[in-house]
Amino acid sequence: MSTSHVLLGLLAEGPKHGYELKRAHDAHMPRAKPLAFGQVYATLGRLQRDGLVAEGDRDREGGPERTSFALTAQGRERLDAWLSEVEAPAPFVASALLAKVVVALLAADGRRAGVYLAAQRAAHQQRLRELTAAKLDPESGLGDVIAADFAISHLDADLRWMDTTIARVADPNRGVRS
Amino acid sequence: MNDAILSARGLVKSYGNSPALRGVTFEVAAGEIVAVTGPSGCGKSTLLHCLSGILRPDAGEVVYREQRVDLMPESARARLRRSELGVLFQFGQLVAELTAAENVSLPLLLAGTGRRAARTAALTWLDRLGVAELAEQRPGEMSGGQQQRVALARALVTEPRVLFADEPTGALDTLAGEQVMAHLVRLARAHRTAVVLVTHEPRIAGYADREVIMRDGELADVALAAAR
Repeated sequence: MSTSHVLLGLLAEGPKHGYELKRAHDAHMPRAKPLAFGQVYATLGRLQRDGLVAEGDRDREGGPERTSFALTAQGRERLDAWLSEVEAPAPFVASALLAKVVVALLAADGRRAGVYLAAQRAAHQQRLRELTAAKLDPESGLGDVIAADFAISHLDADLRWMDTTIARVADPNRGVRS
Repeated sequence: MNDAILSARGLVKSYGNSPALRGVTFEVAAGEIVAVTGPSGCGKSTLLHCLSGILRPDAGEVVYREQRVDLMPESARARLRRSELGVLFQFGQLVAELTAAENVSLPLLLAGTGRRAARTAALTWLDRLGVAELAEQRPGEMSGGQQQRVALARALVTEPRVLFADEPTGALDTLAGEQVMAHLVRLARAHRTAVVLVTHEPRIAGYADREVIMRDGELADVALAAAR
């Protein structure tokens, strides 16, 4: 998962201080490890160097001076490209998929998340077809079949989650309890 | 695709006031395996029933080898299902009182094949599915996976050009389901049988050449395009 892209996504709704960014990250990315302050500032430094964020207002409401950061036009473009990019379908990309969907919902809307998920789903299903074909190949040994099963089981789990999520983002009013 | 063996255009079907299909267009080529996936209630079984001539659509057309299936009387559709189309359900389609060989012979006997020729063909198909040793056993004496392989033999014994499989592994564990699917794919390829595979399991859809996703009675890519 890419912390810099997640931070860009969190800045899409408006400028934030480093501390606010850390809090927003930890609140919205429940499965990720809490972000260390050092990492927030180091990442912001890199993003600023690359022209993806810019320093905004400084304020000092009853404390030390704090600098807020805002997304630049270039930063918005980079975020957009990341949200459109399909992850290589492989076991253990699940947290990257989750991050992308959560950021799409924060930075855009359910439709944006749905469009990304549909593209990612197609890539996953294509990979699953290739692995299934490899398994059916008479030349495949036991080790190949077991390795294919391992990847298939993880992709299958990701696909089930994507199907559920596609339905949820298409109709956010359809709650779990309704 | 010009070599479609079975195609449908603009299929509409409702049950009372609830629409199950809202203008579905679909085709499958000879020897092609197409998975139809989507959540429960999305209309995938209704699509399968319209394609196989079990149900008649309210609007739209179903064409099998240049014949309008939707315009045929029930007797002609039943004849088509007996001779050129095969159906495999989730479970429970074998006749409990008959042996495996008798179950597999049944479609041929109904189509007028002689008893001896039907039995020979049944034994051949049981062998192709790796269950020849079960020929004289009844369904109650077999595991779920074995029963499903016998059911697949029965669906294929008439050498249909199109096989409809509705959640064929839904009642089986992973390994038994995998064996059924491996046989299904191998035999469909060998006999150039087109397969319409309805499933809600991504890993079963992985056996198909391509996938068609349904949602709320429509193909999902159409629904997605409309949402943009």
